[in-house]
Amino acid sequence: MSAVTIPTPGVVTGHRRSTAVQDALSVAWRNLKGMSRTPQVIVFSTIQPIIFVLNFRFVFGGALSGALPQGVPYVDFLMPGIFVQTVTFGSTAIAVGMANDLGTGLIERFRSLPMARSAVLAGRTIADLVRNALVVALMILVGFAVGFRIHAGVPALFGAFLLLLTFMFALSWVFATIGLAVGDPEAAQAATFPLMAVLVFASTAFVPAATMPGWLQAYADHQPVSDVADAVRALVLGGPTAGRVAIALLWCAGIVVVFAPLAVARYRRVA
Amino acid sequence: MSENAIEAVGLVKRFRDVVAVDGVDIAVPTGTILGLLGPNGAGKTTIVRILTTILRPDAGRATILGLDVAERPDDVRTIIGLAGQYAAVDDNLTGRENLILMGRLTHQPKAAHTVRAAELLDQFRLDDAADRPVRTYSGGMRRRLDLAAALVHRPPILFLDEPTTGLDPKGRQDLWGVIEGLVADGTTLLLTTQYLEEADRLADRIAVVDHGQVIAEGTATELKARLGSTIVTVELGDGVDVDGLKGTLASFGPVTLGDERRSIDVKVGDGSRALLEIVRVLDRDAVAVEGVTVRSPSLDDVFLELTGHTAVADGADAADAADAADNTDLDQESLR
Repeated sequence: MSAVTIPTPGVVTGHRRSTAVQDALSVAWRNLKGMSRTPQVIVFSTIQPIIFVLNFRFVFGGALSGALPQGVPYVDFLMPGIFVQTVTFGSTAIAVGMANDLGTGLIERFRSLPMARSAVLAGRTIADLVRNALVVALMILVGFAVGFRIHAGVPALFGAFLLLLTFMFALSWVFATIGLAVGDPEAAQAATFPLMAVLVFASTAFVPAATMPGWLQAYADHQPVSDVADAVRALVLGGPTAGRVAIALLWCAGIVVVFAPLAVARYRRVA
Repeated sequence: MSENAIEAVGLVKRFRDVVAVDGVDIAVPTGTILGLLGPNGAGKTTIVRILTTILRPDAGRATILGLDVAERPDDVRTIIGLAGQYAAVDDNLTGRENLILMGRLTHQPKAAHTVRAAELLDQFRLDDAADRPVRTYSGGMRRRLDLAAALVHRPPILFLDEPTTGLDPKGRQDLWGVIEGLVADGTTLLLTTQYLEEADRLADRIAVVDHGQVIAEGTATELKARLGSTIVTVELGDGVDVDGLKGTLASFGPVTLGDERRSIDVKVGDGSRALLEIVRVLDRDAVAVEGVTVRSPSLDDVFLELTGHTAVADGADAADAADAADNTDLDQESLR
């Protein structure tokens, strides 16, 4: 009785796999556009690690260098830690972003569209990977400016770069879960902070574990931020590398295995 | 194909042990508008979420153009458009970019994205603001963009969840005009509202929803006729023995006191005759009266009759209450 044509279900099903990628890229486009409209976020998320670099390099660096193995300048020890800290702090933006999309009703709208279920999470992760890649690249340049030197060649540095982005990808599931669970941008921001303290500060990102009390050393030596920082260090400073990178990648895989299903389950339950 | 574009039978949705939707049947013939009218927390939004595949019903089934929402959600999503009560558009994108994003996510041909966006921006009088970030838009502009975003893929079935909640009277009138234009195109529309005036003006048929159930359904005229009577309102002057008069008038029909005991409503069977007799009584007893009016029952009266409470507690605070409700709707729905 009306001129409405119902789409053939077979066609929809056949396209599903390619649309998942296409939809994720559309959402990523949207998030990157949004980031470009809020340059202050980029500026501050860049200034903050730069301040860390200056602070640790010039304020604490002198006092800390004594604890380092012979022949390693503190700045070379520090910069890999800064890179890991940068991607870890950077990935908290995902929690804020997801909470924001939930609060404004955008996620509800997306759920009524004929788009892939995975695209909202995947698109945001892709956009944040792009942003973090830029910030890490910038931090490498900042490192060079304050005296950081690589000792294992450019390919290894590139490997370190990829490892950092892999770690950020893994963390994005953790923070997506937090953002969707909290559901409010400010609360999400607040919720990520204790996690930062436990993960980033109680780690070997800025100082070697040898100076810490025994109980803390046991933790700091065996947690993801430390293991990724140690792997990045091995990649840029040289020395035994394969084992450390393997441990770092295992952490990444473990985090994804645990948190990706949690984030997806959370996403299905909201709205 | 079924005559009804939207059909639901026995829908039930529970949130933990709370029943938000409690056995709802809905039928919307193709090309018509159904208004779901009810107070906040009545379950309207939950019904819309089920029909738009966002929530799965715990019981019952619903079809859109014959497609089951629970069994074929992907197919249903290609033929529906949803504009929720949040004005769910991206603040950081421009109006145009928001519409292009919708074009991409609904898988329109690539060449059509910008053309369709321009068309809708023009239709919704947003062309001047098209390339400004949405965060600079007024409330009314956001709602218009939100509605435009729901139309990008030309869905034959449209769901509008409280499209004018929180808008000022001008913005509301504005949006009503736009919605009327849509239906002239033959779109089937399900609209939820807590404003009786809105349902009366826009909807072909109205389903009154309360506590998760449809408690009455019909055209506005049919619903008003269900009261089967006329209302005579006596506006009182100063120094009237209100209780005494209420007792006297009770002989004509059920009486209710108005705000601040300044008026009395009498529900009567035959309006004109009752009016004459009431005026005679008032004159005989020398009651100070500021006015006497006869009116057909409004949807407000219908609502009061059907539910025992008014749709919106206080007209003046309605917009505020609706705004507050906007933010807490999910909680309310799940707490109910």
